Amino acid sequence: MNAHHTPPVATLELDNVGFVHRGNTLLKPTTLRLSGCQRTLIMGPNGAGKSLLMRLAHGLLTPTSGTVRWQGDQPAQAMVFQRPVLLRRSALDNLTYVLAISKVAPPELKALPRKAQAMSALEKFGLAHLAKRPARVLSGGEQQRLALARAWLLNPQVLFLDEPTSALDPAAIKAVEDAVLEFHHRGTRIIMTTHDLHQARRLADDVLFLHNNELLEHTPARHFFTAPTSREAGAFIRGELVW
Amino acid sequence: MLTSDNAFGTALALILTMDSALISIVMLSLQVSLTAVMAASLIALPLGAALALWRFPGHNAVIVALNALMGLPPVVAGLCVYLLLSRAGPLGEWGLLFTPTAMVVAQVILVLPIIAALTRQQVEALYGEYAEQLNSLGLTRLRMIPTLLWDARFGLITVILAGFGRASAEVGAVMIVGGNIDGVTRVMTTSIVLETSKGNLPMALGLGIILLALVTLINAIAHMIGETAKRRLG
Repeated sequence: MNAHHTPPVATLELDNVGFVHRGNTLLKPTTLRLSGCQRTLIMGPNGAGKSLLMRLAHGLLTPTSGTVRWQGDQPAQAMVFQRPVLLRRSALDNLTYVLAISKVAPPELKALPRKAQAMSALEKFGLAHLAKRPARVLSGGEQQRLALARAWLLNPQVLFLDEPTSALDPAAIKAVEDAVLEFHHRGTRIIMTTHDLHQARRLADDVLFLHNNELLEHTPARHFFTAPTSREAGAFIRGELVW
Repeated sequence: MLTSDNAFGTALALILTMDSALISIVMLSLQVSLTAVMAASLIALPLGAALALWRFPGHNAVIVALNALMGLPPVVAGLCVYLLLSRAGPLGEWGLLFTPTAMVVAQVILVLPIIAALTRQQVEALYGEYAEQLNSLGLTRLRMIPTLLWDARFGLITVILAGFGRASAEVGAVMIVGGNIDGVTRVMTTSIVLETSKGNLPMALGLGIILLALVTLINAIAHMIGETAKRRLG
């Protein structure tokens, strides 16, 4: 299913990665290997450490113990946040901005001038008619699509998404999920947090389950949803409140 | 006898007749203060942004010092520049004392801490919102400065105005380093002091009204720009 021309995505290795803040352990030492071009969903109740694990992997935070490293060259990465952070400029300018700072435009767009690249990304995500509108007056769904269009232009080998649909209505959720699949189809590795079981079933190749700041399992999706190994994951899937 | 009538009347007459002495005073005032604000902004905007982004030993001390300097008495700033530029001073050879340039230098010293300190606050607040995204994009802090300054632009207009208000209203510094020389370094505030001490109160009041009107006009324009943009950009 992956585009054949893209090089294999580097393997991410977390070796005993832990995070302690003011004496509180927010992530217990975690060892983890993410290889291949999978769609990995990080699941677990609120406060379990999902977003933190993702920020450590992306390099936004430095672990207080252990190491995060990529086998081979560090791949191009992008992240889409729960609440999109858009610049106080027009939708189009938000995109030309990242084109100006990064030199890794998608290959099919490389020949075009910046503005045309940005417009084609807006079109791809159904935002072309909003190009001139200030990004921050767009609706929640439109803002998240703009954030995805921005990530698209960064041509990442790895895309992190932190609860990208938690504040959106069903139509907007569908648009985001379609975009995620589109990224994956282009050969981008997906690492995404969600607490929505249905979404995880739709998207996951494999699942990381966190509970109480601890990684309890890393299982292929088909096993996770039918026969999870940890008691907490079982309860989580059955919809029980796990604490 | 001083009445508001003849003060307004004098002011109005001076403006309507385009009194050449008055025009040159007004132009020099604007020239000195606007140049000072522009020069101070060029330094203070990036400086304030850098203070918002970098943490280093003594960071808090720098911020406290900047905040304290916001209240620097103009006469003290004037005195320092006077000492620097006077014949016997270290920069005496430049022959700048009692020139508009000296007045600009003194006002830069007054305005710079205000713009830098307020810029730091604005940029710090914005950075709180942008930090993860900008770091995710892999920007260096140096590269973040123009982004943050541009995105904080509407707040920064107000910051620069605060600096302009300080520059155009102060009298102590320009009086000391400019000397209130007729036709050379006489600005509105120093003429108001002079006319008041001469007992020419209608003239002083007239100048005061013009000064107030100019400052109000500039603020109104900036406010309108800011409000329109805020409405448009959300």
